[in-house]
Amino acid sequence: MQNFLHTFFDPNVMARYLPDVLSGMMVAIWIGAAVVVAGVTAGLALACLRTYRIAICDVFIICFADIFRALPPLVLILLLYFGLPGVGVRLSGPVVLFVVLSLTLAAFAEEIFWAGFSSIEKGQWEAGISTGLGFGGTLVYVALPQAVRLAIPPLVNRVLAITKMTALGSVIGVLEILSAATTAQSFSGSATPLSLAAIAYLVLFLPLVFAARMFERRREQSLGR
Amino acid sequence: MVSRPMLEIVSLQKCFGDNVILRDINLKVAQGELVFIIGPSGSGKSTMLRCCNRLEEPSGGDVIVDGRNIMSGTRRDLDLMRLKVGMVFQGFHLYPHMSVLNNVTLAQRKAMGRTAEEAKARAMDMLERVGLAHKADAMPAQLSGGQQQRVAIARALALDPLVMLFDEPTSALDPELVGSVLAVMKDLKAKGMTMLVVSHEMGFARETADRVIFMDGGVVVEEGAPDEIFGAPKAERTQAFLSRVTR
Repeated sequence: MQNFLHTFFDPNVMARYLPDVLSGMMVAIWIGAAVVVAGVTAGLALACLRTYRIAICDVFIICFADIFRALPPLVLILLLYFGLPGVGVRLSGPVVLFVVLSLTLAAFAEEIFWAGFSSIEKGQWEAGISTGLGFGGTLVYVALPQAVRLAIPPLVNRVLAITKMTALGSVIGVLEILSAATTAQSFSGSATPLSLAAIAYLVLFLPLVFAARMFERRREQSLGR
Repeated sequence: MVSRPMLEIVSLQKCFGDNVILRDINLKVAQGELVFIIGPSGSGKSTMLRCCNRLEEPSGGDVIVDGRNIMSGTRRDLDLMRLKVGMVFQGFHLYPHMSVLNNVTLAQRKAMGRTAEEAKARAMDMLERVGLAHKADAMPAQLSGGQQQRVAIARALALDPLVMLFDEPTSALDPELVGSVLAVMKDLKAKGMTMLVVSHEMGFARETADRVIFMDGGVVVEEGAPDEIFGAPKAERTQAFLSRVTR
């Protein structure tokens, strides 16, 4: 037991590397927040565009969604970070991480929102259009709110899965939680910084999981079920 | 009647590919008139109704509402026209994410440009009229089918329509709820609304319709006063249909 605590929760090591892990947490929060905003917005915009059923746009959107859902983000990160300088484009680690995770989230979010739109019955559109709201008005006031509500539970899961992938920044030198912890681990020779990292991820993500649960419960109540 | 018709359908055609749904429908509905459309399923009656606000795009012909051809004009004209043509669906189609009140105010605010106060006042009047003012804050899922359909009628009425289209408004309702919806429609008729109704409520048609149209195979087979159509139908197809539905 003593040994276990010493390995994973050494107080001296904790005190020493806490600031590093905390600053890694800030980096993860910034990049994660930017990814969520950009990825969800782009995904929603693409799903809305798809409701117009313009053939050429649909082909583009479907290809985008399928490719970026199929590719492992790590592959893309390495490709952009180590490949692009070869053609004269040099992006910083955080930018590469942001771009790749945003595109990945956008691809998944588009499919999730589109599934939401698809499950709205045709009558809802007809009701909106027959009351003079037009396609655009019906999209914004009738279909979108319903699609978003349907999308939220799977979207939250996907958002959590992808924001956790900020840890992939550690392979291209982004100083987020995991790279701060692995650096500390190799300096200190203790696993404690990695425990700190695990705790940091819990502190970051558990409240989001709880918030999602609360939201889901409120939604069920508001629909009068 | 001397006044021009409120709704006029001129040689309306509709086909899906090779499948002809409507061939050459002509119909005039005068102001304040209730025209009832009956016919077997697949006769094209719902499609005809849906062409009257271009939910279904006609393949040919014209639809004229209050002197205006809805087949010409811009997209904006089309949306303005739709404000003037109220539609009630078999499946109600209330917006499930909004309260009853917001269901009735949405198009008033976003399509007509009424202020929130104006829209609310008008909505409460219309909900009062269908006997559901006390349900203004309820969610649609908390209402019975009959109540939902009455809210849907209030939603259409709140836009001050010139014509109301009813597409089998009671077909999805439990029998004991049908009466409340028909009562609202009867009240509308009494207040002078122009109405085009597709329905199987033959008793209601007999009681309130000014004219009954029998459609089959995408054409108007016979039309006349309710007593003529129900009492002494001339066409063989009308006789056959009525003997099947009024057993």
